[in-house]
Parts: sequence; C-alpha cells; structure tokens
Amino acid sequence: MSYLELLKLAAPEAIVVVTALAVLTVGLTSTRAKALCPIVAAIGTAVAIGAVLTLRSHANLFGGMLVISPLNSLFKIICLVLALVTVPLASSEKSLRNPGEYIAVLLLGAVGLMLLVGSEEFLMIFIGLELLGLSLYVLAAFDKSDVRSAEAGLKYFLFGSTASAFTLFGISFVYGMAGTTALAAIGQKLAAGPVQPLLAVGIVMTLIGFAFKIAAAPFHLWAPDAYQGAPIPSAAFIASGSKVASFVVLGKIVLIGFGPVHGSADWHAMLAGWSPVLAVLAALSILLGNFVALAQANVRRLLAYSAVAHGGYTLLGIIAGGRDGFSATLFYTSVYAVTLIGAFAVVGVVRRESGGDDLQNFAGLAARSPFLAASMSIFLLSLAGLPPLAGFFGKFYLFSVAFRAGGNHGLLWLVALALFGSFVSLYYYLIVLKVIFVDQRSSSTPQPGQSNAGAARTSDFNVSTSLDLFSRITVTLLAAAVLFLGLMPQTLAARILASLP
Amino acid sequence: MIAWTIYVTFAGAIVLLVLPRVFARWIALLTTLAGFAIGVATFCQHDVDLAHFNTVVRVPWVPALGMNYHLALDGISLTLVLVTGIAAISAVLFSWDVTDRANEFFFWLLLVVGGSYGVFLSADLFLLFLFYELVIVPKYFLIAIFGSTNKEYGAMKLTLYSFFGGALVFLGIIAIYVTGGSLDLNQLAQFQFTPQLQSWAFPILFLGFAVLAGIWPLHTWAPTGHVAAPTAGSMLLAGIVMKLGAYAGLRVAMNLFPQGFQMWRTTIAVLAVVGIVYAAAVALRQRDLKFVIGYSSVSHMGFVLLGFATANVFGVSGAVLQMFSHGVIGALLFAVAGRMIYRRTRTRELDALSGMNLSRALPFAAFTFVVASAASMGIPGFSGFAAEITILIGAWKSYPLAVWITGTGMVLVAAFTLRALKRSFFDIDLVTASVAQPEMEPITIPEKLGAGLLMFATLAVGLYPKLLLDRIQPAVEAMRFLK
Repeated sequence: MSYLELLKLAAPEAIVVVTALAVLTVGLTSTRAKALCPIVAAIGTAVAIGAVLTLRSHANLFGGMLVISPLNSLFKIICLVLALVTVPLASSEKSLRNPGEYIAVLLLGAVGLMLLVGSEEFLMIFIGLELLGLSLYVLAAFDKSDVRSAEAGLKYFLFGSTASAFTLFGISFVYGMAGTTALAAIGQKLAAGPVQPLLAVGIVMTLIGFAFKIAAAPFHLWAPDAYQGAPIPSAAFIASGSKVASFVVLGKIVLIGFGPVHGSADWHAMLAGWSPVLAVLAALSILLGNFVALAQANVRRLLAYSAVAHGGYTLLGIIAGGRDGFSATLFYTSVYAVTLIGAFAVVGVVRRESGGDDLQNFAGLAARSPFLAASMSIFLLSLAGLPPLAGFFGKFYLFSVAFRAGGNHGLLWLVALALFGSFVSLYYYLIVLKVIFVDQRSSSTPQPGQSNAGAARTSDFNVSTSLDLFSRITVTLLAAAVLFLGLMPQTLAARILASLP
Repeated sequence: MIAWTIYVTFAGAIVLLVLPRVFARWIALLTTLAGFAIGVATFCQHDVDLAHFNTVVRVPWVPALGMNYHLALDGISLTLVLVTGIAAISAVLFSWDVTDRANEFFFWLLLVVGGSYGVFLSADLFLLFLFYELVIVPKYFLIAIFGSTNKEYGAMKLTLYSFFGGALVFLGIIAIYVTGGSLDLNQLAQFQFTPQLQSWAFPILFLGFAVLAGIWPLHTWAPTGHVAAPTAGSMLLAGIVMKLGAYAGLRVAMNLFPQGFQMWRTTIAVLAVVGIVYAAAVALRQRDLKFVIGYSSVSHMGFVLLGFATANVFGVSGAVLQMFSHGVIGALLFAVAGRMIYRRTRTRELDALSGMNLSRALPFAAFTFVVASAASMGIPGFSGFAAEITILIGAWKSYPLAVWITGTGMVLVAAFTLRALKRSFFDIDLVTASVAQPEMEPITIPEKLGAGLLMFATLAVGLYPKLLLDRIQPAVEAMRFLK
C-alpha cells in the first residue's frame, strides 16, 4: 500500500480539508469574504462529491479503518450534500461575523462525518466522532453576540464530552473481550449465546455515546437548548448531518460488530443484548419527545423535541435488524435530515424577517410569503408522516420492517407505540401550520427594545433580502426534494437497498 | 378512462394556484364537471364489467416493496365516484360567493375531491391509504381557514379523529402487507389469513376506517366538524368524506378478513343500531340547525354500518346505495342550512329562525328543504327510502331485533327532521309577519343549479333504484365475505 494509493482512496476527505483551509484563507484575506467563502466551499464540496463517485467500489485499509463500499460512498455523498445545503444558510445568516471561519469549521465537521461513515473500526470511529463533535461544539457557540448560543455550545460540549467518555470506556471493554477493534473481527469473536456481564457493560456504554448523538431519550437533554440557541445553520447541521452519520455508524456497530449478541426486544421474550437496550431508548424517545413537544411555544424547541421522537422511530429499523431494517433506517434518517434542514432554513428566514422564532412570529406567514408557507407545510407534514411526502413512505417502510421482524410480531408493541406517537405528533405540527395559515399577524406595536433593531433592519433591508435569496432557493429545492422522494421513493430506497451487502 | 377523474381534479387544483383569483371558481367548476362527466360516461358504457374489481391502470411504483400504481373499477367504486362528482359540483356551486382567498379555498376543495376519487378507485392498499390520508389535511385547512362557529376547534378535532383512525388503519395495513406479502387488493382477496390474525387485525382496521364513517361512539367529530366547516366543507364531509371510511371498511377490512368480520359483525351491528337511535335522539334536542343535520348524518351512516353487518347481498348493496343517497341528501341539507339560510340570516339558531318567516322570504329554500327533509326521512320516491328499505330487508334476515329498534330510530329521524323543518321555515309568527322583514338577497342561480342537481339525483335514484342497484349487486356478490 503506497501513500499515493492511500491518498487516492482518501481523496474526498482530503479535498474537503483543503477546501476548508482555502475557505479559511479567503475569509482572512479577502475583503469580499462574505460572498466568496460560500462559493469556494460549494465548489470544493461539489468536487469532493465527484471524487467520491470516481472511487473504486470496494477497498479495505488497515483492518477496516478506511472502508470503501457502495454504502459508505452513498452516505459520504449524502453527508456532503447535507453540508452543501447548509452553506447557503450560513451565508444568509448575518449574525455570523466571520463567515470564513464558520464555513471552514462546518467543512471540518463534514470531514468528521465522512470519516465516521467510511470507517468500520472502533478507534477510527471514535476519532471521527471527536472530530465531528469538536466542530459542532464550535459551530453551536459561534454567535458570540448571543448568550443563548454560548449556552447551547457549552451544554452541547458538556453532554457530548461525557458521552464520548462513556463510549471510549465501552469500547475499551469490548476490546478487552474481543481483543480487536475492527467491527468485522469483533463480530466473529463474540460468540452467540448468553451475554456476559462485562460485555453487557461494554455494549451499553458504547451505545450511550450514540444515543447522545442521535438525541435519544434520556440522553436528549442538550438537544432543545442546542437547537434553540445555536445559530440556525449550526442547529440544522447538528440535526441533520450528525444524525445521519451517527445512524450509519450505529447500525454498522450493532449489526456487524455486535451481531451475535442481538438479544431480543420481543414483548414476551426479551433477551439480553443490544436490541432491548435500543428498544427501551426508542420507546422512551417516542413518548417523551412527542409529549413534551406538545407544550412548546418556540418552533426550534418544538423541532428539537420532535427530533427526539424521530430518533426513536428511526431506531426501529436497526432493532428490527437485517438488510431491510437497516435500509429502512437509512432511508428514514436521510429523508428526515433533508426535511429538517428545510424546516430550519424556513425558521431562519422568518427569524431574520420578524426577529424571533417563537410560534407567534410565524403568524400570517401564508399571507406574507406563500412560498415559504407552502414549503414549511411540506416539511412539517412530511415529518408528521402524511402523504404524498417522503416521511409517509419512510414511516411505512420502517414500521412494516419492524412489524415483520422478530418471531410472531414481537415488535408489535414498538410499532403500535410509534404509530401512537406519530398520531400525537400531528397535533403540534398542525398547530404550527394553523399559526402560519389561519392566524393573522398581530398588529401590536413593537416592544421598545425591538424598535432600534427594527430600524437597523430596514436600513440594510436590501442586503438581507439578497442574502435571503440563497436561503429561499435552498428551501425551494429541499421542498421539491421532499415531494419528489415521496412520489418516487424508489430513487433513494432502491439505491440504499442495493448498496447494502 | 375513469382514472382521469383523479388526474383532472389534481391538475385543476394546480392550475388554480397559478391563474389569477377571478378564474378560481370557474376552474373549480370546470374541473368538477369534467370529473363527473367522466364518471357518467363510464356509467353509460355497457361493455364495462362492473361485477369484478377490474384493473384500469397498473404501473410499477416501488417494485422493491411490491407497490404498484394500480387503479380498478367495479359497481361499488363507480357508484361512489358518481356521488363524489355530484357532491363536488354542487359544493363548488354553493361556494360561488367565496371571494376571500378563493384560490386557496378551491385548491383545498379539489384536493379533497381528488383524494376521494383516488380512494374509490385504488386497487393497491398503499395507494388507497395514501389517498385516504391525503384527504385529511385539506379538510383541516378548509375548515380552519374558511369555517364559522368554533372553527379551529372543530377542524382540529376532526383532523385528530381522522388521523387516529388513520393510525389504526396503518397498523392494520402493515399487518396485511407483512403477512399477505402483497399490497394488491385482488391478490390479497385470495389470500387466507390465519383466523388468529383476522380476529385482532379486522377490528383494528375496521374501526380505523369506521371513525371516518362516524361509528358510534367515535362519531363526535362529525357534528362539530360539520358545524365548523364552511358550506362546501360540510357538503364534502357529509357527501364524500364519511363515505371514504365506509367504503374502505368494506373494500379492505371486510373483504380481506371474512372470518374476522364474522367474529365481529354482531358488535358492528350493535354499534350501528346504537348510533342510529342515539344520534337521532340527540338531534331532536339541538338548537343549531347544522347540529341537527350533523347528527342526522351520523344516524344515516349508522344505516350503512348496519347494512354491512348483515353480511348478505341485500344489506350490503343497500348500504352502498345508502352511501350514494346520503351523499346527495346530506349535501343538500347542508347546502340549505349553510348557504341558503346562514349566509342571509347570519344565524342557524332554530329559535331565531322561527321568527323570520323564511318560507315567505325564501320560497325556493323552503321548497328545497322540504324535498331534502322528505328524502332524509325516507319518504318513498326518494333515494333514502330505496336504500334504507333494502338495508332493513337485509337486516331482517340476520338481526330481526335490530330492525325493530331501528324502526323506532326512524320515527325519531322523522321527528327531528320535521321539527327542524317547522322551526326553521314554517313557524309563521303572526306578530312579526305583519312587521316588514329585512329584505333578503334572493336565491342566486348557482344555488338553484346546485340544489336542482342534488334533488334530481335523489329523485332519480329514488324512483328507479335499479339504475344503481343493478351495478352494485353483482359487485357485492363477488365479495368473498358473503360466501
């Protein structure tokens, strides 16, 4: 294995790193950084996507540290696309004073995603997790003028570092039992049979770290504050890219690495293993996420709690296991990521235009901007799982796979719970839509504190609208994507299914 | 050709959004007329085999999961397509005065109509469920934006009930899909599900659908929803949406799970009879005219469920005919109450209406309401009679007791209908009659056309029910729960 060969296989990651450095340089040197940085970033990401496409289809370096497979390549592309659509949101955000730095950190986060997705070895996965985590902590705390952003960053960091510690601890246990850190080798070493206590500790601790990443209850506590306080592009990236990559890796770890100690989450026949652990996480997330979301008055907080619930649904596929189960999970999480970035983009535009992201800021949006209102309803209804949007097909796929798994419909309890959860969720999504379409914007005089901000806003009105153009285009594209994936789900589903061995 | 009802309607909805507002109602009218015309043209073709659920279109959609874009047609579907067309045209005609956000209004309206066509024609379970759920959200907006009394509450209640039913249906459909290994309704109809599965999957699925058909005790969304909705909204709800639940219960739950149906049909019959009598009794005590009609809808839909529960050709055919009949009569009643009366008097309170001498001020409205009431009470010559008598003949064979109880229920129906008729139109108050009444806007031509269409439909089917029954019965006989 020559270095040149290695560089070829790691070309996409290398390109993104170089792009990040280039963006940083442009941001520091150019006077027109605001306009140039996003363009450089977009070009770099696009080239990286091209590089992924030209990779050969199978390769395995250093015992799984860097694995090239159709699945990994597909999800590298998806992660890059998610980063690519986050960039225009960042360029619209005025509160980010150093766009170069911001976008560079964002791209480094994307490298973390790619490493995470492209590795089947515990140490490398951990490094990917940390690289991603560090970038995201910075992104969350980036808005120095906003105390909420600092709070979001700190909370995310404290929870995240604790969770990482748990994961590392768990990995060390698993290493002690199996004597290796490569997932495939671990899978061979761990014999089927009763789970030994030490291994159980290792599995549970490893999973905690991922439960944190996907914001599964009871490890979700950072999510509401991070989603609400972080700058909007950061929140969107945390909620989408990080989640997709985490689900890919989580699925690989439990299905390849811990495959033999599957256990059973069937209602009457629970067996120790990872699947009951995940089943409990899923059930808690679905219940807690949906019920707490009912009480939220801030749209970003509402999206955060709904994200907890969606994390719970998505786990169903992994619990069901097998090729179909994993494929359903991957489809659902990809669709969810696209939808959520879209929703955050709309929130961003509304926030810039009306000064906040509480429910009442959305009042009368349908009259002010029918296009945004229509897009937002596409996103929210897709999250609620209504046809003909992508979320509907995703839920059908996910729940039918979970129903089929296990002997004698053992997962029926989880499926019923998830259906009940999505029934509850419709209420809070509809409340948002009601505010958008039915309520009129209150004509009360602006509060004294806001009048200055209002004056400042009108003065650079033209600047903000031209910047918002990027956001609006992104919103439109994402809404079209959600609709398209709902009408033609096989374009993505078949690709995911085919990429799985 | 019948598939074009769906395409035309959705295309019309999209065109509406693009073109300026002044064209909105014309486009909506043209679209609904086209949909109905397609239905009638198919109805008139004699070479169409309506005894079996024959495929019209079948295109692979998601081959990996066995989903097809698969439409089919038989006599039952065609009957419901026709009533959808009639109710849709009249709903547009009775919304001729909507000017505020008219594009949006007709857009949502056409989505409901298009989704309903889709449900009635789907032969793929996933597709059917897709259309079924597609109807929910437009209904919400139609009511929450354009409704009247307590509209946000009514809209939310209706939507949550529908979605709750939808969640049950979702579970049932997944159970069918996973155990039957297919989504094709015709293939599944040949599949033998285990009795154990049928015993729990049937009630879940049927109850999920029946929520939308207003089964007692999950009917409470219907009166509040009808009252809150704008006139066209109530017309569509009563005329079409309640039929979606009943139709899907027949087509999916009963046809796929014959054994489960046998286990549970007595329960359904009991709930249906309770619903008929209870709703009629409640209607007798209502002060708001729309509430009276809302509860009468629940009562009439009880007949549909009773017809299903009989599990014989007469009962089920009668139930399908009743779906048509109630679709027309319910729409007509709501049109009078919501558009003809409420838009002019600004009240639907029976006490307030009784002082207004409406039969003199609005003779055409009075005439229409008399016809609608007669049809609703089941006077021979109208479609309601033909349908209900067929159901009762069927019920006599299976549940004689139910016929006796329902008989009392029908007396109650007559009682509340006559009460509403008298209080709203014919309480001539001699004191106020001498005082000059405020001038009322005369009944407009679109209203007359819409009312005429609905009255014609109920009379035509009432006088010659064979027109539809000949097409319904063979299709019912082909269903396997009868064997």
